[in-house]
Amino acid sequence: MTTVAAVTGEGTDSPYALSHLDALESEAVHIFREVAGEFERPVILFSGGKDSIVMLHLALKAFAPAAVPFSLLHVDTGHNFPEVIEYRDRAVAEHGLRLHVASVQEYIDAGKLRERPDGTRNPLQTVPLTEKIQSERFDAVFGGGRRDEEKARAKERVFSLRDEFSQWDPRRQRPELWQLYNGRHAPGEHVRVFPLSNWTELDVWQYIAREDIELPQIYFAHEREVFKRSGMWLTAGEWGGPKDDERVETRLIRYRTVGDMSCTGAVDSDATTLDAVIAEIAASRLTERGATRADDKLSEAAMEDRKREGYF
Amino acid sequence: MSNTTATTEQLADLSATTLLRFATAGSVDDGKSTLVGRLLHDSKSVLSDQLEAVERVSASRGADAPDLALLTDGLRAEREQGITIDVAYRYFATARRRFILADTPGHVQYTRNMVTGASTADLAVVLVDARNGVIEQTRRHAAVAALLRVPHVVLAVNKMDLVAYEERVFAEIAEEFTAYARELGVPEITAIPISALAGDNVVEPSSNMDWYGGPTVLEHLETVPVSHDLTSCHARLPVQYVIRPQTAEHPDYRGYAGQIAAGTFRVGESVTVLPSGRTSKITGIDLLGKAVDVAWTPQSITLLLEDDIDISRGDLIVPSGDTPPTTQDIEATVCHVADTPLNVGQRVLLKHTTRTVKAIVKEIPSRLTLDDLSQHPEPGRLVANDIGRVKVRTAEPLALDSYADSRRTGSFLLIDPADGTTLAAGMAGEAFATAAEEAALAPDDEGWDF
Repeated sequence: MTTVAAVTGEGTDSPYALSHLDALESEAVHIFREVAGEFERPVILFSGGKDSIVMLHLALKAFAPAAVPFSLLHVDTGHNFPEVIEYRDRAVAEHGLRLHVASVQEYIDAGKLRERPDGTRNPLQTVPLTEKIQSERFDAVFGGGRRDEEKARAKERVFSLRDEFSQWDPRRQRPELWQLYNGRHAPGEHVRVFPLSNWTELDVWQYIAREDIELPQIYFAHEREVFKRSGMWLTAGEWGGPKDDERVETRLIRYRTVGDMSCTGAVDSDATTLDAVIAEIAASRLTERGATRADDKLSEAAMEDRKREGYF
Repeated sequence: MSNTTATTEQLADLSATTLLRFATAGSVDDGKSTLVGRLLHDSKSVLSDQLEAVERVSASRGADAPDLALLTDGLRAEREQGITIDVAYRYFATARRRFILADTPGHVQYTRNMVTGASTADLAVVLVDARNGVIEQTRRHAAVAALLRVPHVVLAVNKMDLVAYEERVFAEIAEEFTAYARELGVPEITAIPISALAGDNVVEPSSNMDWYGGPTVLEHLETVPVSHDLTSCHARLPVQYVIRPQTAEHPDYRGYAGQIAAGTFRVGESVTVLPSGRTSKITGIDLLGKAVDVAWTPQSITLLLEDDIDISRGDLIVPSGDTPPTTQDIEATVCHVADTPLNVGQRVLLKHTTRTVKAIVKEIPSRLTLDDLSQHPEPGRLVANDIGRVKVRTAEPLALDSYADSRRTGSFLLIDPADGTTLAAGMAGEAFATAAEEAALAPDDEGWDF
């Protein structure tokens, strides 16, 4: 007895079926080329983290054998991992790219931003970022945000219009139909573009493995001096940790995300290779942000609120 | 990766899985959130910190059990009102396939959201409550799936536990829905009796419904074919960007980059460039840095041609023997997605593939009521969530396929030139499959068998 009408074939039988990584890659390349075709001054937000490294890799493939027609923008919190800054500068030099830097430290030194009591500089990035976008007149800003990261991000469009204050209004987004991206914007407005929208953390790692992309070493297990704050292992350093009652210890850890040292937690891990990292993520019962970000725990809508203000 | 350790092979297996994009549609209380929650939960896509957050918030509101809808409602306003406002995208995976789920709200006033979700979907899941059967909203959802030409439709008859798992109830609903959807030209319909709450036939086969011999929802999602026979499709490449390195290493390289919208392209093939009508021959295909002999949709490629002819963004490259007609007068079905209305006489921009042209709305011959598919003549304007027929005159000729032939080269956006708002989603040609198409699509002998 059957109650199924006209189901035929296996999903992967067709010689024309693309693997999920090929499909995601093709879609991301399409997005990069749309922006190159329709905007005057695009820029790629580049932190030296795995998502922005994958974005750069995709952009290199999209325009090969020509150069990437975009410059890079790094929002420097002043509390970066040295390995990541070194990687950033090497990538810029290797591909002959132009790097813009928006510096949180400069804003603090000039009295335009004030250090928060909890010491985290993550929310402070918004002002230097948005002012840099305005002063450089960037009209398209690529971000490595993925919808699987967080539930407010799940509502984000691939092309996300921001007003002259860089604000995101989740209730006034353009419906996004087929692969027809609408990048129209008024002077002063810009569009945030997320080519990795449909990728998951595991997709990113599998793609890194398939394409043999080099990453900063902090993504792999290594011994490091860390201390515990709010349940997370933070790297000890001049940025402001540890305090008197916090004890430093040397542990075997790695990072799942790369961000400001003051709010990016490490995870205990012995994964020293790409395969080991992938196996670890596939088995993990914690999301990337749940495991490693303090600032998303501030309130239930922390990400939505920061994005509304212009955060990436 | 060149080594051949077991782990590497496993990796290769993982990356060989395919991607299925699907959309869900259901009325407010049909249990859509529960179904989505169960698919995510049972495929282990809900991680413990997410579940803890849901439990914490549920408890703080005095609820006894975790409210799984909190997993999917991401915005402040949605949590406050307890409804889903906007399309959200969810991701989960099994060993066989990766899934992108467009989670679309069921309210009548959010037709545009279902249209948005269905526009990229290979499959749509329409939920009905077994106690209520096929209702107006079900017919609306079937009509949107048919209008958007979603290749596969699943009817999930939910809450079977509340009708004593009776085969007769399921069979009647399945029959009524299938007859209606077939009439609209939906090519493939699969009906599955489920209880999302109890878990029957969602991921695990149900022991409560021995009379059902078909797949569970997840099994069907894992095995439904995602690509069709591309050899019979019209090949189409909208030119996105011209790649000209002008370097010492590549002084003469001139490549036409784009994502293949339909069909296949081969080296050696004669092609025509529209709208100019110039012809040339494919001398090379670059698949993101690798030379290939053949490429197909949806690969992003770069085409190299024999002749140095004038081609720029917005042009369409097609096989010389298979050119679409070019026209300045488009008749289409549109779904109006903006809050401001679309009026007869309005000047708009029309974005078709990589080309944006000026256009004017000449006529709005009718507005469609999805409940009974009746046409209301000359409404004069369309407002948010309306679906209607429009006639548009463009300032330049467009090489437009019928949406029935190609979802990608038969679709377009209407955009407000003043502020860039996306006004409407357009589908060129007939709204629903014609009788002839339907006959061609109908399977040979595979009827229903209860």
